[in-house]
Amino acid sequence: MVKAKKIILIGGSAGAYELMIEIFNALPKMFKAAIVVILHRNERFSTQIEETLSQQLGREIHQAADKEEISGGNIYFAPPGYHLLIEPNYVFSLDVSERVQFSRPSIDVLFETAAEVYRNKCTAFLLSGANKDGSDGLQFVHALGGNAIVQLPENARMSFMPKHAIHSNEKFEIYSNTQIIMFFKSLK
Amino acid sequence: MVKLNSAHITFQELETVVELLSHISGFDLSGYSKSSLKRRVQRLMDLEKLNLHELKDAIINLEGFQTYFMDQVTVNVTEIFRDPNYYAAVRDLVFPYLETFPQLKFWSAGCSTGEEVYSLTILLTEAGLYNRSFIYGTDINLSVIETAKKAIYPIRKMKQYSENYLISGGKNSLSDYYTAMYESAIIHSDLRRNIFFSQHNLVTDSVFNEFNFISCRNVLIYFDLELQNRVIKLLYESLCEFGFLCLGAKETLFNREMMANFKLINQTYNIYQKIK
Ligand SMILES: C[S@@+](CC[C@H](N)C(=O)[O-])C[C@H]1O[C@@H](n2cnc3c(N)ncnc32)[C@H](O)[C@@H]1O
Repeated sequence: MVKAKKIILIGGSAGAYELMIEIFNALPKMFKAAIVVILHRNERFSTQIEETLSQQLGREIHQAADKEEISGGNIYFAPPGYHLLIEPNYVFSLDVSERVQFSRPSIDVLFETAAEVYRNKCTAFLLSGANKDGSDGLQFVHALGGNAIVQLPENARMSFMPKHAIHSNEKFEIYSNTQIIMFFKSLK
Repeated sequence: MVKLNSAHITFQELETVVELLSHISGFDLSGYSKSSLKRRVQRLMDLEKLNLHELKDAIINLEGFQTYFMDQVTVNVTEIFRDPNYYAAVRDLVFPYLETFPQLKFWSAGCSTGEEVYSLTILLTEAGLYNRSFIYGTDINLSVIETAKKAIYPIRKMKQYSENYLISGGKNSLSDYYTAMYESAIIHSDLRRNIFFSQHNLVTDSVFNEFNFISCRNVLIYFDLELQNRVIKLLYESLCEFGFLCLGAKETLFNREMMANFKLINQTYNIYQKIK
């Protein structure tokens, strides 16, 4: 396992799951960055998402573990019910502090802490959703030299979340679904 | 909206606050997870409208601020019967063993406002073990300990807690264990009799008793690996032979040397038994 030098973050809520599957299917077998995903889901159900996805995709999807090293080429999901944070020594950590934007895990928390550690080696995608989570996190990614990318609201099943982000900062890049898929397809 | 301005603390600046605090108080935060701690300190600075200089000044000069600081930076979120299936596992896998003892000592380390302790108490009561049990609840944070002693919780939270209780396999209704009064739920006094709450710092304090059962849940995630291992050693030394250790859902003994001294009882809920 090689420590990831670059990190790609994906945050999504209602209506984001299908696109995430498309993204994972488009990925090459090997790539250098680590991909870390926050998907809002009901804490009490669907805790086995990693297993289901691993089988469906034929590649391992990890649930990020506390103080685990972040390895390149891996896809990690945040465990339900915990905020997922990145430590300055490039490991994950978990935290059960208050919800942020009614969410735990919160996209803002992951984006903010990842941006501070990975700086310009951080790319973050904010996808479909019906709440405000993610906008503040993208501000950090952008301000600290990373790429802040928002799904084109017209392409999102729930446009509220991407729209809210775009309104908060016009400098965020906007990608159509095709562009998003292309990005992941051409990862090296 | 977030503002990234000079009031935003960096990891280096956080380090200087941690150092200052450990020099002039008994609180050592150097082994805490940095990113989580940084967010907590930032939150406090925003709340009190302090810049870094003013924060340090308050830590040094302001009477009572060190304690207030610790109260604010520790994460105290908890629930009655949090992770309901964990409690079911304790009742089904641990209690049958504990039943054979005439006297039982429990320790909830990092008990926050006490919900975990009262959950245990209810579980013990229903299993007929409470009369021979004594439960210690400890936390580094003095103000949560005060709340725990009062045993008064917001009534609006009881709906969620009742659901938790029922999922855990509770035999009655959670409302059998508290009295509702205006906006509050007060835990019945017979449940509070064999309990002792006090301050204890897992980082700097030592073993203070020997226990049949220790739960330390959702505390280790706030520590780095090295400190986690130190605290696990302290918990190990506080257990009597064949005593049980219960960690949080995302806290495990796997990949640690200490695992050799324990037998795994339940992997999902991280329940272990000391075997040597
Ligand atoms: C998230 S709460 C967990 C409460 C409960 N055990 C549960 O799982 O619901 C974490 C608690 O650990 C306490 N804590 C943090 N550092 C500690 C230390 N050094 N010694 C003792 N307790 C500590 C915090 O004050 C907080 O109340």
